[in-house]
Amino acid sequence: MDWTILQQYGPLLLSGFGTTILCWALGTVFSMVLGLLIALLQRYGPRPLGWVIQAYIEIIRGTPFLVQLFVLYYGGPLIGLRLDALPAGLLGLTIYGSPYFAEIFRSAFNAVPLGQIEAARAIGMSELSIIRRILLPLGLVSALPALVNFSIILTKETVILSIITVPELTYQTQRMSTETFRYIEANLALALFFWALVETISRVGRKLEKRVTRHLIERT
Amino acid sequence: MPGASSVEIRKVNKHHGQFHALKDVDLDILPGKVTCLIGPSGSGKSTLLRCINFLDEYESGEIRIDGQLIGYQSPGGARMPGRTLREIRRSIGMVFQQFNLWPHMTALGNVTEGLIRVRGLPKTEAERRAREALEKVGLSDKMASHPSRLSGGQQQRVAIARTLAMEPRLMLFDEPTSALDPELVGEVLNVMKTLATEGMTMVVVTHEMGFAAHVADQVAFMEKGELVSVDVPDKILHNPQDSRIKAFLRTYHERNSF
Ligand SMILES: Nc1ncnc2c1ncn2[C@@H]1O[C@H](COP(=O)(O)OP(=O)(O)OP(=O)(O)O)[C@@H](O)[C@H]1O
Ligand SMILES: [Mg+2]
Repeated sequence: MDWTILQQYGPLLLSGFGTTILCWALGTVFSMVLGLLIALLQRYGPRPLGWVIQAYIEIIRGTPFLVQLFVLYYGGPLIGLRLDALPAGLLGLTIYGSPYFAEIFRSAFNAVPLGQIEAARAIGMSELSIIRRILLPLGLVSALPALVNFSIILTKETVILSIITVPELTYQTQRMSTETFRYIEANLALALFFWALVETISRVGRKLEKRVTRHLIERT
Repeated sequence: MPGASSVEIRKVNKHHGQFHALKDVDLDILPGKVTCLIGPSGSGKSTLLRCINFLDEYESGEIRIDGQLIGYQSPGGARMPGRTLREIRRSIGMVFQQFNLWPHMTALGNVTEGLIRVRGLPKTEAERRAREALEKVGLSDKMASHPSRLSGGQQQRVAIARTLAMEPRLMLFDEPTSALDPELVGEVLNVMKTLATEGMTMVVVTHEMGFAAHVADQVAFMEKGELVSVDVPDKILHNPQDSRIKAFLRTYHERNSF
């Protein structure tokens, strides 16, 4: 192993890691927000809209991210959607992640006891207030472990952005390997960076979970 | 109590899917009086109670609160707008068997929520009234506790305070003590007795025959979706004429004798 090579490529890898984090963070936030919107529309929207949404969910979940990204980046211009690699990658991640997040929110909302929602209706609260004050806080708390879990899965989907030339970590380590033939060092660096990212997310996730559930756990 | 509500229930029908849960139910709830609903499991007591504030939507007949039809713009007509329904619900309190407190809010937060979101009171005024309501149910020392840190009896008293703070003119109770350990039943019933003596209009679904006998002004017996009979407690509980009531009370006594 040759570690001096890592020194030489260090700045490049770090910038790649920065791009990876950026893609992951924005992609997660955007797809989570879209997923939340989808789940709310599914719950409160009219029936036909629910069917359309269900079809969207099935299609996106039924196809590989790689294919979606190709269609978006290389097929997009055919219908006038010409995006740079980074915005295309972010849009792709948003679309790809949204149905999974939507399903997480849907089942979390269903887990909020109906009685607690009825208690709010019974005192004359509006549905909007009920969403804001009861459904969302309780739903988000019970969804948290699954949200963290899927955002960890999304870290690894960012790898695919390299095929549309987003200069994220994988893209840069591949460049390093082809330039230096140091495949082992490059992939080791890749693995270490991802491990650090995932470990951080899961730690923060566990802390957050502990914090938000501290009042909800029954005393035994 | 000033402005205690009356409820008129006329020929009300309700299905749960195929199941005919309420069959032409007629009942008058008198202002300032306590009406107990009793009957076997599945007879439609909860359904009837929940139709009064339209949590369950009846399909035909009329339910009027102080003369105002609830749920529909006119008998057999279009659904009432949500805003109007919410306005009527403001003056109807409901207490559930499972308490249904909001677990992410403190006792005080549970009570202020409606005052702030529904009544639009400023926070300080809402908290003042919430404290008053919690004091009334004997929980001045538990205001900052979350429901998970309260006993069942305390949770149910918070739930009662939550509805009381809204200054209802009618209160609906659906088996408020059925989920409680026996030694905690008394504290909840005592709060309810106080409300009764203050002249609150109350409709109480209950299996507490002692409460029905001593506190109710009238007892209504339901079976298989029908309102079989309504009368003073003594007539229903001690001198029932209808064989269905006799049979119900017999199984009740058998279960509770030792
Ligand atoms: N949401 C629902 N969907 C389908 N059936 C229902 C629903 N709610 C109630 N029912 C049925 O309607 C009938 C009446 O129910 P209801 O809850 O009013 O009875 P109840 O007299 O309150 O009984 P209990 O003493 O057990 O609480 C029951 O047979 C019940 O199974
Ligand atoms: Mg019931």
